[in-house]
Amino acid sequence: MSGHDLFLGFYIFALASFVGYQVIGKVPALLHTPLMSGTNAISGISLVGSLVAAGSNHAMASKLMGFVAVICATINVVGGFMITDRMLRMFKKRGPGGDDK
Amino acid sequence: MSDAVRLYLADGAYLIAGIFFILCLKGLSSPQSSRRGIFLGELGMFIAVVATLLNKEIVSYEFIIAGLIIGAGIGTAISLRIPMTKMPERIAFSHAFGGLATALVGVSEYYNHGVHLAPFKMGAVGFEAFLGFLTFTGSIMAYGKLQGVISGAPITFKGQNYVNIGLFLAVFGVIVFLIVSPGQAPAFYAVCGAGLALGVMAVLPIGGADMPVVISLLNSYAGLAACATGFAIDSPVLIIAGALDGSSGILWSLMMSKAMNRSFANVLFGAFGTQIDPGAAPVGGASKPFNEATVDDAAQVLMASQSVIVVPGYGMAVSQAQHVVRDLATALEKRGVQVRYAIHPVAGRMPGHMNVLLAEANVSYDHLFDLDDINDDFARTDAVLIVGANDVVNPAAKTDPASPIYGMPVFNVELSRSIIVLKRSMNAGFSGVENELFFLPNTMMVLGDAKKTLLGLVAAMKDGH
Repeated sequence: MSGHDLFLGFYIFALASFVGYQVIGKVPALLHTPLMSGTNAISGISLVGSLVAAGSNHAMASKLMGFVAVICATINVVGGFMITDRMLRMFKKRGPGGDDK
Repeated sequence: MSDAVRLYLADGAYLIAGIFFILCLKGLSSPQSSRRGIFLGELGMFIAVVATLLNKEIVSYEFIIAGLIIGAGIGTAISLRIPMTKMPERIAFSHAFGGLATALVGVSEYYNHGVHLAPFKMGAVGFEAFLGFLTFTGSIMAYGKLQGVISGAPITFKGQNYVNIGLFLAVFGVIVFLIVSPGQAPAFYAVCGAGLALGVMAVLPIGGADMPVVISLLNSYAGLAACATGFAIDSPVLIIAGALDGSSGILWSLMMSKAMNRSFANVLFGAFGTQIDPGAAPVGGASKPFNEATVDDAAQVLMASQSVIVVPGYGMAVSQAQHVVRDLATALEKRGVQVRYAIHPVAGRMPGHMNVLLAEANVSYDHLFDLDDINDDFARTDAVLIVGANDVVNPAAKTDPASPIYGMPVFNVELSRSIIVLKRSMNAGFSGVENELFFLPNTMMVLGDAKKTLLGLVAAMKDGH
């Protein structure tokens, strides 16, 4: 990565942070737990790095670390999205009197 | 496919994934659009993974396939089985996995390229490993405190904060040294070790009641670690996802500190909960008179009311009482009583936890209200039912400058006509602070297991006329 690319990276970081702050600031307190598990699933994107480490032509030790990293990141991605959806399915609006589901 | 085409395809796919992640979070701004948002997030992740598998650096797939299958299996099993009351623990646990994954990628990157790492990359790899390991052990500590495996009380020693800050600065120094001379493997592994140690030491002094802030902060660290990975492997989508995660964590930490009227620094370094004066407030014995009421007394008051506000707290989660709370509300609503729920930003062990539990119990989400939206209504309410909440209804936060929770925004429950408190015993709450509310003339204390009391109330509704 050259110095120029580095600054490009910081641009992306700064802009994405602002976007994140704005978008997340608009999420109601009602949905804060699903939001947290959702961002948790998204940060499982580090899976991308793990995949390269696990599948590249490097020493065994390095591939094994990649393998463990793939497992950990996949748990977060798959589990994170599933549980977030499981929670969101429960948020329903009903008429007064709370009719049974 | 030529390499150039392959590269463009992958970059395009990452760009789409990044946009989908932002749309995913945007979808969460309302319950109606939230599930579509999550679907976009899943789609983005799928696209990013497929694009990565096209990477020509990947030559063998056995570890990848095995890892994906094992991870997906474990992830599915956990997310289907975990009860909603254990959500804070699950989040802490998954931060640990996320931290470990990034840390291992960092170590393997260093292990492979070591001396040949360009200066900027060396810095990124250093921070990636450091933040990853810190998130890993920090999250395990937070998990242990939530589970009660590790004492929830703050564990402190003299000069602890200076040691931690000193260690932090030392790590930055060593990373700078590594940028200059990347071949110094011992220095790199020292950074990793310092990350592991700091994760433990930074969380130890923080009390169990402050775990929501810690979890949010760890969310931030996990995000920053993902960002560092993005810098290390030239992946803008990782920088975007990491920044989204990082900013959300910071936002929450600040929000919750505000909801407790404490500075962010105070939560991190204050070791709240240790300064209880042993001479004050004989805990356990009711020193002052209070109105102990039976289940039937409470049922009479509720049935005679026109409007009731339920204030749930962590106690509701502990006794798994959310379903019975909802049964009681249904019984009251059938009698024409208006029932609403008041949810404090720091009720429970993570933000929004009470909302999820009540949603699980089929409570309509338009009956759930935030502090600011409902606080003026208590004065016009006939009865307040407090289920396992304590500090968030303590009037001392408004009246007693000597109280450790003074200045924290709390519900004005004492303004309502009658207050029914469901509580295990007259002991002080998690923070060890005495609550004047329990001794007010319009407060009825129904002592005992909250769930049993609630079941009794539901039964009384059916018998009563």
